[in-house]
Amino acid sequence: MTAEPLLRVEDLCVDYHTPTGLVQAVRGVSFELGKEKLGIVGESGSGKSQTGRAILGLTAPGGEVRASRLEFKGTDLLHADARTLRRIRGGGISMIMQDPKYSLNPVMTVGKQIEEAFLVHSNDSKREAYARTLEMLRAVQIREPERVYRAYPHEVSGGMGQRIMIAMMMIPEPAIIIADEPTSALDVTVQLQVLAVLDDMISERGMGLIFISHDLNLIASFCDRILIMYGGQVMEECRATELAQAQHPYTRGLLDCLPQLDGGKRELAVLQRDPAWLESTGKPA
Amino acid sequence: MIEIEGLDVVFGRGKQAFHAVRDVSLSVTAGQSFGLVGESGSGKTTVLRALAGLLDKVATVSGNMAVAGETLQQQRSKSFRRRVQMVFQDPYGSLHPRHTVDTILSEPARVHGLDRIAERVVDALEEVGLNASFRFRYPHQISGGQRQRVSVARALITDPDIVLLDEPTSALDVSVQAEVLNLLMRLKREHGLTYVLVSHNLAVVAHMCETLAVMQNGAVVETMSVQQLREHDSAMPYTKQLLTASRGYDRGAIDAFEEFAQ
Repeated sequence: MTAEPLLRVEDLCVDYHTPTGLVQAVRGVSFELGKEKLGIVGESGSGKSQTGRAILGLTAPGGEVRASRLEFKGTDLLHADARTLRRIRGGGISMIMQDPKYSLNPVMTVGKQIEEAFLVHSNDSKREAYARTLEMLRAVQIREPERVYRAYPHEVSGGMGQRIMIAMMMIPEPAIIIADEPTSALDVTVQLQVLAVLDDMISERGMGLIFISHDLNLIASFCDRILIMYGGQVMEECRATELAQAQHPYTRGLLDCLPQLDGGKRELAVLQRDPAWLESTGKPA
Repeated sequence: MIEIEGLDVVFGRGKQAFHAVRDVSLSVTAGQSFGLVGESGSGKTTVLRALAGLLDKVATVSGNMAVAGETLQQQRSKSFRRRVQMVFQDPYGSLHPRHTVDTILSEPARVHGLDRIAERVVDALEEVGLNASFRFRYPHQISGGQRQRVSVARALITDPDIVLLDEPTSALDVSVQAEVLNLLMRLKREHGLTYVLVSHNLAVVAHMCETLAVMQNGAVVETMSVQQLREHDSAMPYTKQLLTASRGYDRGAIDAFEEFAQ
């Protein structure tokens, strides 16, 4: 990790005021991100996606975001004006969503969409944008960039769609990528191939990655550092290599209830949730 | 218990024809759990649906299938419909949103002319770890894991011998997955059920099954015991690659991945 973090999050809260009462989706999450791969892992409803979205100011209407600090390279994201935010979104921090079927524009060719992402953040010519787009498609290991440039999203496979998403998010050269379950819709081998593309680009360009997933094994093998979230709070933080020695009962519970390839036919451990986990301010003592 | 020989499934015809399952043969003994693994589009779900008789109107199905010595006709017998039940992947999509749990569970019992339906509904709910208070709720009022328990209860209510499980836990969180897998294991023991489990998750198959078939492009490339799977004792490069991939991210191993799709 570098001395000056790219992103500083302190005491981030996301509240939703609903007709049935207050929902505290994120409750006091703090972390720093440097040039590294940070994994956020948790079950559905743990607030992991809400954390990612709040950083980019993408919290749904009705949601209230509070934090004592939310800074990207020294810029306060909570009080930035719309123009600054537009520059940061895509250009500074960008986001890869789960399913390329829904996050690519179905009526625009792949090439035009990637070019658009590039042109929004630069004053270069269309000719330059075309050249950069083809270069980017090659960088995400698409073999026939000219053909894919002219294709529509429905004409490409899921794995290729996600490579296209990565190309689109990388082309404005952001410092941070937030990837929210980027490969959960893909087959396992394709998933790993897409992650390899992402991994290589992140290390070559010296970027920071926030990788949000429910898959403990994947996060442990892919990321450098992990935050384990439950009920809107960070239960535990550890190095990815030390996940197996994690201490928090929630993390232990999650690890124990996974069936193992070389485990026996024993009864799987069932996670017992302890309300006390949510009473502390976040990290256990 | 289940014998499938030379199963072929073709969707569409002429130029549009898509050969989804190619010459698949497998045999499952009574009381066993048999796993079907493979990536999406490999035909594993289609095999399950062909066996259940859900494809005859939409595809051309050929080959021989027999369950408990009874050769299956295109029109399945009523006893087959009672003895073979299915649990689907998505608990959000497979329960009627405007039917209560009670209606959902009593319908198959009524169709098969069973007696004491109300009693059976309560028993089935208890079997899957839900109490009678769930009986008059709608699917949207219960959690994903509870819905999948209701799906299992619906399969059990006709007292089947065979349950076909199509990715029964892949839409669930891992902690809920553990509960549902434990439930399925217990029910199998108590009722002497035979399972055919379709999953893309090798660890789930290794946990649940004794034997498995690896599918790719509609064909079975390898049939092996779970013991062989655990020891990585496979001759097929495709199976080896799946095993490598299931161990998690390893930058070095990924460059060696081959493209198996045609």
